[in-house]
Amino acid sequence: MSEGRQIGEVILDLKNISLRFGGVKALTDISFDVREHEIRAIIGPNGAGKSSMLNVINGVYRPQEGDIVFRGQHHRDMDTYEAAKAGIARTFQNIALFKGMTVLDNIMTGRNLKMKSNFLLDALYWGPAQREEIEHRKKVEEIIDFLEIQHIRKTPVGRLPYGLQKRVELGRALAAEPSILLLDEPMAGMNVEEKQDMCRFILDVNDQFGTTIVLIEHDMGVVMDISDRVVVLDYGKKIADGTPDAVRANQDVIDAYLGVAH
Amino acid sequence: MLYREAGQFKATYAEDSQIFPIRQDKIGIVLILAVAFVGIPLMSVAGFLSDYSFTAILTPFLIFSLAALGLNILTGYAGQLSLGTAAFMAVGAFASYNFMLRIEGMPILVAFILGGLCAAAVGIVFGLPSLRIRGFYLAAATLATQFFIVWCLTKVGWFTNYSSSGVITAQKIEMLGYTFDTAFSKYLFVLSVVCAMALLAKNMVRTNIGRSWMAIRDMDMAAEVIGFRPMRTKLMAFAVSSFYCGVAGALFAYAYLGTVEPEGFNLDLSFRILFMVIIGGVGSILGSFFGSAFIVLLPIFLNVLIHFLESSAGINLPSGISSSIELMVFGALIIFFLIVEPHGLARLWQIGKEKLRLWPFPH
Ligand SMILES: Nc1ncnc2c1ncn2[C@@H]1O[C@H](COP(=O)(O)OP(=O)(O)O)[C@@H](O)[C@H]1O
Ligand SMILES: [Mg+2]
Repeated sequence: MSEGRQIGEVILDLKNISLRFGGVKALTDISFDVREHEIRAIIGPNGAGKSSMLNVINGVYRPQEGDIVFRGQHHRDMDTYEAAKAGIARTFQNIALFKGMTVLDNIMTGRNLKMKSNFLLDALYWGPAQREEIEHRKKVEEIIDFLEIQHIRKTPVGRLPYGLQKRVELGRALAAEPSILLLDEPMAGMNVEEKQDMCRFILDVNDQFGTTIVLIEHDMGVVMDISDRVVVLDYGKKIADGTPDAVRANQDVIDAYLGVAH
Repeated sequence: MLYREAGQFKATYAEDSQIFPIRQDKIGIVLILAVAFVGIPLMSVAGFLSDYSFTAILTPFLIFSLAALGLNILTGYAGQLSLGTAAFMAVGAFASYNFMLRIEGMPILVAFILGGLCAAAVGIVFGLPSLRIRGFYLAAATLATQFFIVWCLTKVGWFTNYSSSGVITAQKIEMLGYTFDTAFSKYLFVLSVVCAMALLAKNMVRTNIGRSWMAIRDMDMAAEVIGFRPMRTKLMAFAVSSFYCGVAGALFAYAYLGTVEPEGFNLDLSFRILFMVIIGGVGSILGSFFGSAFIVLLPIFLNVLIHFLESSAGINLPSGISSSIELMVFGALIIFFLIVEPHGLARLWQIGKEKLRLWPFPH
């Protein structure tokens, strides 16, 4: 899958991350890295700590221990705003769209960090504010075309079926033109056709824009197909890390995850 | 005139991003403005409209619309519940009064803007708790704002220029040598201010600042992750909302009542405006006007109805029954809207339009 695309240096290196919620150890001493332009999957049973891992990467959770090296800079923990500024975008396991807004507006929000106009200019909708709004609208329309959701652009997202909502959420993340995209179970609850579409979008994003992707997914077929490297978590611990083939052959993984859940 | 958008194709995003992309909406708004700015003045000159229709209906309707719009920005768009609307209006009114009083040659519009800015500043301070608390607890905190501000204005004599009764008399509205002292001229003055501010609000809610408010309202964690800063966004909503309420309060004092005391801005008024937002439509600019019209007109309508019943049936209903019925109708309507149509009259209007758009086909 990865022909034609050059996997680069490590851009994100997580070292000895531990995260606790009171007595619950969500993550224990986890280390792994993400290379530029790769598709990195995180798998593991429910409650293994996968979502928590993404939350640590973009600063929603602050780990008690560990070191996060992002583009050569060490961070004790990440800050959501700084992470967004640095080009980390994500989608959520339980869709976190803005329900009362249209598809177009939801995706427009993804561009907010690129907007320079202030609220006074916005209020007057004058000159630069108007130009900027329309410029960003163009960019957003490209994303809408890419995701093939032109027909619903003016629909409030709350009225859309689940599969389309997931797609819109991907659109909102893409609107930020991220360098790293964190996807938390982007295909959960989808039918085969929707999954295929989503796979295609993810691969296209990776291929066309060189976006690095960190992906949590339960469908082993999908994971093995599209990812370059896989890290496996179980009960907050890392039990394997490597190419899909190596991970599939790992006895711990078979015991903990593949054997039980599938 | 049919409400259709078929055949109206947008060739550019600029066209599609217009304030009213559908032609019929554009015509509608032009008609309304024509009636408000030309039709009503003509009717007034021709003697069809009494002063009463301005002082008791049109002017308060516009002022309440502005206050409801202010609250709607905060509650409807940014999702922060507030019971302190009247307090922010009071700040606007009393601040404008003091600017006019204490600064020689202060232009009235500047005083209103400064009054609005004072309200905005107070809004920011009392909006700070919203960074930590939400929903019911935030409502309780804004309730404290309501009582504290009114108490302050009553206790600190300086605000009312040490008037013994605590009542202030608003200065004349004068601009470029013209005095707005008739009911009709005050109406035109208020109309201009309200239209301008409604336009600004409409622009805000369809651009980045408005999207930041709605994002925080709908899913604050996701909003933060894509780079909106919750603190800045919420405080901005408090500031803009309070500015609108502050200007509405100034108009309330200067163009509607003429004399006010701090108690005139009590919790009752806050609730009235909240009801306007609920009935008119949470998160809708147009809804703020619907809600205000409804609440201003309902008591008048009920009064007429009761008089009619009394005279036609020859019975004498106990005095004060109209206000009791009014309260009951309000209560019932609010429960209705909260349960059945949380987006209020504005949503009903929109559904009506959607139906009309597809008419005569059911889908
Ligand atoms: N905000 C939180 N508060 C308390 N416990 C949490 C929180 N987030 C996650 N956890 C706990 O951390 C563990 C890992 O959860 P999660 O990262 O969601 O797993 P996964 O995504 O692999 O299913 C679970 O035991 C979960 O209950
Ligand atoms: Mg999860």
